[in-house]
Amino acid sequence: MNQPYYSTANGARRRLTVFTFASPRNFYHLAGRLIPWFAALGVLTGLAGLAIGMLVAPTDFQQGDAYRIIFVHVPAAWMSMLIYMAMAGWAGFGLAYRTGVSSIMASALAPTGALFTFLALWTGALWGKPTWGAWWVWDARLTSELILLFLYLGYMGLHASISDPRRADRAAAVLALVGAVNIPIIYFSVYWWNTLHQGPSVTLGKAPTMAPAMLAAMLLMVAAFWCYGIAIALRRARCIVLERHGSAAWLRRRMK
Amino acid sequence: MGLTCQQLTCRRGRSTLFAGVSFALQAGDALWVQGRNGSGKTTLLRSLCGLALPDRGAVHWEGKPILASRAHYHSRLLHIGHADGLKPDLLAWENLALGGLPGERCSREAALQALDEIGLKAEAQRPVRLLSQGQRKRVALARLLLAPARPLWILDEPLAALDQASAAQVGQIMQAHCARGGMLVLTTHQDPALPGARQLHLGVPC
Amino acid sequence: MLRAARQLMQRDLLLALRRRSDALMPLAFFLVTATLFPLAIGPDTRLLRSVAPGIVWVAALLSSLLGLQRLFADDHADGSLEQLLLSPQPLEVLVLAKVFAHWLTSGLPLLVLAPLVALQYGLEPEAMGVLWLGLLLGTPVLSLLGSIGAGLALGARGGSVLVALMLMPLYIPLLVLGSSAVVAASDGTGSAPHLMLLGALLAGSLAAAPWATAAALRIAHE
Repeated sequence: MNQPYYSTANGARRRLTVFTFASPRNFYHLAGRLIPWFAALGVLTGLAGLAIGMLVAPTDFQQGDAYRIIFVHVPAAWMSMLIYMAMAGWAGFGLAYRTGVSSIMASALAPTGALFTFLALWTGALWGKPTWGAWWVWDARLTSELILLFLYLGYMGLHASISDPRRADRAAAVLALVGAVNIPIIYFSVYWWNTLHQGPSVTLGKAPTMAPAMLAAMLLMVAAFWCYGIAIALRRARCIVLERHGSAAWLRRRMK
Repeated sequence: MGLTCQQLTCRRGRSTLFAGVSFALQAGDALWVQGRNGSGKTTLLRSLCGLALPDRGAVHWEGKPILASRAHYHSRLLHIGHADGLKPDLLAWENLALGGLPGERCSREAALQALDEIGLKAEAQRPVRLLSQGQRKRVALARLLLAPARPLWILDEPLAALDQASAAQVGQIMQAHCARGGMLVLTTHQDPALPGARQLHLGVPC
Repeated sequence: MLRAARQLMQRDLLLALRRRSDALMPLAFFLVTATLFPLAIGPDTRLLRSVAPGIVWVAALLSSLLGLQRLFADDHADGSLEQLLLSPQPLEVLVLAKVFAHWLTSGLPLLVLAPLVALQYGLEPEAMGVLWLGLLLGTPVLSLLGSIGAGLALGARGGSVLVALMLMPLYIPLLVLGSSAVVAASDGTGSAPHLMLLGALLAGSLAAAPWATAAALRIAHE
């Protein structure tokens, strides 16, 4: 069977496996090559999405132009959720196979995820003011976003509180997995809480029925957030690798 | 068979504590691990216990990796580390009876007898927080007298804070253990008075 | 294995007995916190009755968070936790034993105090009963989930605040179910589904929390 190979810096040929990029050096190089592509793609799709969303998509007859905030709010909310799952996935991988780079990836994703959650909350408030007249409504979705932000903060707080970086990675990984398992339970209970206590159902506002231009803008913005998320997480991960392995021979050679 | 250690390597932060440590212990063997402060002796012992995971290398007990047969390995192991593992609010004998060997019952009489043998008969009924550091160490070491059935002893600085007579007594206990066919790994800055103990120096550039 | 668990429980209970104040302080905190709210909100009976379930649950949650330090921190400091890790018995069983002992000294007394607080707020007997049942099912969950947080925070600098920050999101389903059960009972809509879901939470935590806590303890000793 033909195994895929790759060439190392000194010309040797190595087999490509799942664990090839678990070595900090290989990961560093791979990330360095990927970041510009994702960054460029993110900027392009972002500009296109914003252009279509702000200029081309038709005005909604119910909500006027205020609805356009959903082009930022919805992708941010989806990404915040997706990033937490990705974070938990990397954390689990790192715990199971003891690969340090997986845990580094998880801790690199956390601040971006928290940022997206924060953005989703802000844009949610900005959407709520014109549609409901209040900056904050205890909508099930917004409340769940807030709790997700707390989960991120807990992860980052735990990671920052342990001095040994490898132990911090592993402890935070356990927390990420526990959080991931609990997320469906939390979402369900918040939804339950919301329907129980409010009389008329208070939702933030239904996204208007999607005209094709709106859908296109939405998808482009999702792609933009996704590419930005990957690019920035890879960049952060590279920085962490630099911090931890700064004295390694292969890094010193590059820095020269 | 017994305890084997192959190419054990441990890193802390950016520096390597020790690398390529290998040895094999049979029944009756004693290993005296030496090295300056900070050379990784405690880390080595904890890796041997299965508490700390080495960066490279493996530890085997009776041919099987210790991480795969944890429960069995722990039932043959007695470890006394730096911290004495005593609850300050419990009486000395209560510490041995309720927490001496995790998982094994120890009766009040056995605990009192062990304390008697180690020379702490009068202190048996006192709470540990009122004992001096040397006395606390001896209460912790009284566990050695409760565990004749455990073949492997891994002791981290057992003679620290002990006066000469107590240190000599502990040395005799360890000697008797090896004579019975037990295995011993210990670190100490003093001479443990174990004739025939192999020596392992950490931190010596090779 | 059960013998070891029983021995461990015995030891923890004996320690709690010797240091009674450590166990009693969170309970005092519960009473004080529950008393703060009427002072802050005003003595309107109808208002107090409607906020009572939420306040009792939040106060129970907070006092449980404060009491979690006792669970592993002392054992970690004096080295007995390390000995537990070296025990041939499965760590998960030993963790369960410790959590059970902790619940006996922190959760069970809450069950005694909660009716008193409920009286303060003027809850009707039926609502009080549902509150009590909810706490009976919920306080073990507080201890179980709390043990995960306490284990993770070993060797971390943050102390109680870090544990609280980590555990708050995980406690939310419990809070929602517990207080809405009482509201449902007062409304007459029936609290059975809420209590059954609480029971499910308890079952799930019993099954899963010891694993997570054991993993956290092992990581703390690496």
